[in-house]
Amino acid sequence: MIRLRHLTKTFETSQGNLEVLKGISLDINEGEIFGIIGLSGAGKSTLIRCINFLEKPTDGEIIFDGMNMGDLSRKELLKVRQSMGMIFQSFNLLAQRTALKNILYPLEIANVPKEEAMDRARELLELVGLSDKANAYPSQLSGGQQQRVAIARALATNPKVLLCDEVTSALDPNTTSSILQLLQNINHTFGVTIVMITHEMKVIEQICTQVAVIDGGNIIETGNVKDVFLRPQSEIAKQLILPKGSEIHNMTGKRCLRLIFDGNSAFEPIISNMALECRAVVNILYANTKCIDNKAFGEMLLQLPDDDISIERILAYLDNREIYYKEEELHV
Amino acid sequence: MFEQGIYELLGEGIVETLYMTIVSTAFAYIFGLPLGVLLCVTDKDGIFPIPIINKVLGFIINLLRSVPFLILLVFILPFTRMIVGTTIGSTATIVPLVVASTPFVARMVESSLKEVDSGVIEAAQSMGSSVFKIIYKVLIPEAKPSLLMGAAIAITTILGYSAMAGFVGGGGLGAIAVNYGYYRYQQDVMTVTVLLLVIVVQIFQEVGTRIARLSDRRAK
Ligand SMILES: Nc1ncnc2c1ncn2[C@@H]1O[C@H](COP(=O)(O)OP(=O)(O)OP(=O)(O)O)[C@@H](O)[C@H]1O
Ligand SMILES: [Mg+2]
Repeated sequence: MIRLRHLTKTFETSQGNLEVLKGISLDINEGEIFGIIGLSGAGKSTLIRCINFLEKPTDGEIIFDGMNMGDLSRKELLKVRQSMGMIFQSFNLLAQRTALKNILYPLEIANVPKEEAMDRARELLELVGLSDKANAYPSQLSGGQQQRVAIARALATNPKVLLCDEVTSALDPNTTSSILQLLQNINHTFGVTIVMITHEMKVIEQICTQVAVIDGGNIIETGNVKDVFLRPQSEIAKQLILPKGSEIHNMTGKRCLRLIFDGNSAFEPIISNMALECRAVVNILYANTKCIDNKAFGEMLLQLPDDDISIERILAYLDNREIYYKEEELHV
Repeated sequence: MFEQGIYELLGEGIVETLYMTIVSTAFAYIFGLPLGVLLCVTDKDGIFPIPIINKVLGFIINLLRSVPFLILLVFILPFTRMIVGTTIGSTATIVPLVVASTPFVARMVESSLKEVDSGVIEAAQSMGSSVFKIIYKVLIPEAKPSLLMGAAIAITTILGYSAMAGFVGGGGLGAIAVNYGYYRYQQDVMTVTVLLLVIVVQIFQEVGTRIARLSDRRAK
């Protein structure tokens, strides 16, 4: 669907030439959700803007749907752009138009008859779950809602490709998830190819099928998500994929706690809550608990971390929850 | 309070002032709006960069703007006579008013249009909008509140210029202030004229600001 061949882009700035893309070749097939991940300044935005020629590449080829983008006349280019939707980190809705009229915009540009355009716009609002917000202005919508309108707008002219530049970076984790879900549904139902630029690996993980890692204007790794994520080859890929602080903790603590649940405390994920609240990791050496009538019964043996402040927090947490415990000798 | 005839005179003055101001503003926008658009789109970061046109146009505009209004008015008297056949009265004043305020309006329009979020323009481009469609479907509607605010400033500035023209044979409240206040030392007539000018300016400014604010759909 999209083929990039030896794409380069050099910006001429007052401080000299800046080579941002240094020969990028990629194949993006129809129906894929293709992720491109890289650190800030790697050239991701420049790359995606080259795909629809918002940025004219210095050299190299972009073949979209069998057409060489560089060979198109200006008029043809405008026409081709109608088959490539684009969404952005900052939503970029027309502030003086309602949600519905924002979706009508690309249809006006494509000279779709008024009534037909109206039906299409309403249908899209429904698709993104915002039928009740047709007459709201962007300033009256949350970020997630604005991004939904932007997605509806980008889909209005039935594009074959959806270009997404950091579309979830301005959203909270829950909203991010629901937007990604929506994009995935769109990909499944309409077969729209999606190019997803991001610096967050959870975005790639959640919806992408293919991934390319970009650094310093070069693609340094590419393949399907599972392969790249399981066996990242390059330093950058490792850095992006293995989030900081997730390396396995070697438990070296010498102290040990026996928790006793005698039916006084509610049955709740006590250990996970404790880990979150105390920001401390414990090792469960033994556990035998039951939930009876929503109360916890049983015992649990925990190895404590090797730092007194964490231990103090853990003990305070347990006291607070009125969970009975006693300290024991560690025999492992 | 005043001798007979003064009231009629003041009434006529107001009508003439409004006539000069409104007609001049209309013409200033007929010429200035397209020029402002041209300045904005041909800028090197604009949607259709043509640096040569941008520089030349910018230079001419700066040149015109650096000539003080009264001097410009006198300087172009032959041109004024050529267009309206005379150099005195309200209609004759409209010519220099338009010449002086068109560059000003062009700059105001340019700066309003440049406030439009570049991301929104990029989105419009990504949907295959032509330059022309971006201008009239994105730039102008998105900048509307700012353009209206600019128009309120333009109209009050032009009104101020029109009063200045009173010194050299223009009509309206300015001429009354000059004739009665400056040449005949009638302080009272002068005072009333000034008050009227202040009131008219306030009304234009207030109404303009309100309309601009009402038309703005961004967060209040
Ligand atoms: N129009 C331009 N003129 C000059 N330099 C530019 C231009 N656009 C981008 N650059 C430079 O190109 C480099 C890559 O920019 P780009 O926006 O593609 O990065 P990115 O990977 O999208 O980063 P981010 O994650 O921060 O958005 C940066 O160093 C930037 O300063
Ligand atoms: Mg970017």
